[in-house]
Amino acid sequence: MQVLRRVLVAIVAMGFLAGAGVAADDDAPPPKLLKSTADHSKFKELQRVFASGPEVTKACLSCHTEASKQLHQTQHWKWEYTNPTTQQKLGKKHVINNFCTSVSSNYKACASCHIGYGLKDEGFDFASEENVDCLVCHDSTGKYKKPSGFAGHPVTKDTEFPPGSGKIIRGIDLSAIAQKVGKTRRETCGTCHFYGGGGDAVKHGDLDSSLDNPDKALDVHMDAEGLNFSCATCHKTEGHQVPGSRYAPTAADREGAHLRGKADSSNPATCQACHGQAPHTGKAKLNDHTDKVACQTCHIPAFARGDMPTKMSWDWSTAGKRDANGKPLVVTNDDGHVTYNGIKGDFVLEENVKPEYVWFNGTVNYTLMGDPIDKSKQPIAINSFEGSAGDGKSLIWPVKFFRGKQPFDPINKTLVVTHLAGEDDTAYWKNMVWDKAVAEGMKTLHKPFSGKVDFIETTAMWPITHMVAPKDKALACNECHTKGGRLDKIEGIYIPGRDANRLVDTIGWLAAGGILAGVLIHGAIRALRRKH
Amino acid sequence: MERVYLFTRFERLWHWAQAVLIIGMLVTGFEIHGTYKWLGFAQAHQVHTTIVWAFIALWVFAIFWHLTTGEWRQYIPTMKNIDKIVRFYAVGIFRGAPHPFKPTRERKHNPMQAQTYLGVTVVVTPLLWISGLAYLFYNELAAAGWGIPLATIALAHTIGAFMMLAFLIGHIYLGTTGHTPTAHFKAMVTGWDEAH
Repeated sequence: MQVLRRVLVAIVAMGFLAGAGVAADDDAPPPKLLKSTADHSKFKELQRVFASGPEVTKACLSCHTEASKQLHQTQHWKWEYTNPTTQQKLGKKHVINNFCTSVSSNYKACASCHIGYGLKDEGFDFASEENVDCLVCHDSTGKYKKPSGFAGHPVTKDTEFPPGSGKIIRGIDLSAIAQKVGKTRRETCGTCHFYGGGGDAVKHGDLDSSLDNPDKALDVHMDAEGLNFSCATCHKTEGHQVPGSRYAPTAADREGAHLRGKADSSNPATCQACHGQAPHTGKAKLNDHTDKVACQTCHIPAFARGDMPTKMSWDWSTAGKRDANGKPLVVTNDDGHVTYNGIKGDFVLEENVKPEYVWFNGTVNYTLMGDPIDKSKQPIAINSFEGSAGDGKSLIWPVKFFRGKQPFDPINKTLVVTHLAGEDDTAYWKNMVWDKAVAEGMKTLHKPFSGKVDFIETTAMWPITHMVAPKDKALACNECHTKGGRLDKIEGIYIPGRDANRLVDTIGWLAAGGILAGVLIHGAIRALRRKH
Repeated sequence: MERVYLFTRFERLWHWAQAVLIIGMLVTGFEIHGTYKWLGFAQAHQVHTTIVWAFIALWVFAIFWHLTTGEWRQYIPTMKNIDKIVRFYAVGIFRGAPHPFKPTRERKHNPMQAQTYLGVTVVVTPLLWISGLAYLFYNELAAAGWGIPLATIALAHTIGAFMMLAFLIGHIYLGTTGHTPTAHFKAMVTGWDEAH
């Protein structure tokens, strides 16, 4: 009985509360404001089955009529960039790196990260509008995939790949993805930029999948619980032209913070574009550093801080070992990361890496196909940052030095392109024979090859600019203001605590020491004579 | 016993405050210079630049005091009898000879002493001040078109620091050469100099 009464009271009370809720209807929160004016799932153009990527793009273009023309002007599409300072032809189409060395002859695999469909060789039509891939950047579901080996196409039907392998790549529903397109996110940019060099965290060191959902300690701006920046918050894009480039970085931004209404032509992706030139309030001495030291140098104390090791070196010369079953030998370390692979060679992986530091004025010089290289002068700089204390354009920058040992042609004395990926007889990852793989690679570029393969040590430099730590984790003064500190090798400036004039120090200590010795002797004589 | 009131209260306060500040500057300054590690660069730098403002404030008062009291005349250099002073410290002091100079309210310092203090005041201190302020404001200087390499500024500042250190060692030692080893220190505390 008692229980029944309590239940009744509770029901009445709930009814009263519900009534109160109705009575207070005017105070109800307004409906959630949508940021977008369009719900793509309501578009008839997208309510259909798409058999391929280009079919989706055609649907996109039926409304976004000019989009492909904008994309056609980007590096993301062209994979080509002419540096206005050095006139070097760069971009993925042209550079040779010391990871997998080159996209040439490997397009079918590499084009997974091209914002297009069908870039399988040099015959690709760069004027095609329907071959622009909208979804790879605008997918909001995380389900869009461009598997390796399909020249950048997604797979819409379950497909056995490689053929005869028994491995099935599941087809994805492009319609569902197309109906949910949205703004770019960390994950969409990260699909390629976090996985450069062939895997998560491999290439950059300051970009890996830990930035999908970072905490404040990893990146003060991207902090998912805090400021939650996307890549495009800084890489503020107009007309699909994404600013910020490692081919021609802005090494020293001397402009002030960008303001609404003010015409700013400078790169919006720099620190200064938001923080200006004197960002340390109440700490004037720190602001004194901004004319010589890049923000990144102090504010990114280490890279690869997200529990993902980055590759620090890669030795191709040891590739070719097989295990007992005749399969390429694979060796993993205690954390399960591969440190040797028969088709790739030896790797060194590191986490929480202290960068190296160099003067950098924004100009990067590359060693390209055909440039003469000499083994007696190894390591060869795959790229090198230009800069000095005195050029008025340089700041001290943190860099990841990536050290490699890679195939080259010892007769023609040039870097070579290796045909790595493919199901054919020449691909190195299939047959593990260097001569055939290099010959095929060079053939696709129509470049001479002597038939001989040797290995040469190379270095590459990567600017460190992401994974900005909170200010309390920025470098302390003594990291640099000391002998043997982080900036020990930086020339051309006086760093208090590191530098001193040896002559002045010697004379100074001799003088002070001499006077001390003099007065001690004087005092000792006085004491011995006991007169005064 | 003959007693002379040599040092007024302000003078004593100035002297000891300055002693603490200068020693603090030397200790932190040579750490900033990289000579040793104790407080750490950041802390040493912070203490050093905090002390400098206290030092400047103290000197504003001291300069005012010297000008208004006419005490600046104590430092007018003279070569008169300086040979006797030098001979005393080189020879006489070991034989128990009396000090050839008798300090008075009008002339507190022996000629060698006055010359040294004048040198510290017009050479060492300005060198440290000017180079130190240039060190502190070198970016503002550069912005104003007076760009001086930091190495040059630091060099001048270091030379000044060594000179100050040398002075300090000699000064403290000569402080023990009164009629008892502590007599001069007592005088600097009480103001009263007990004659020999």
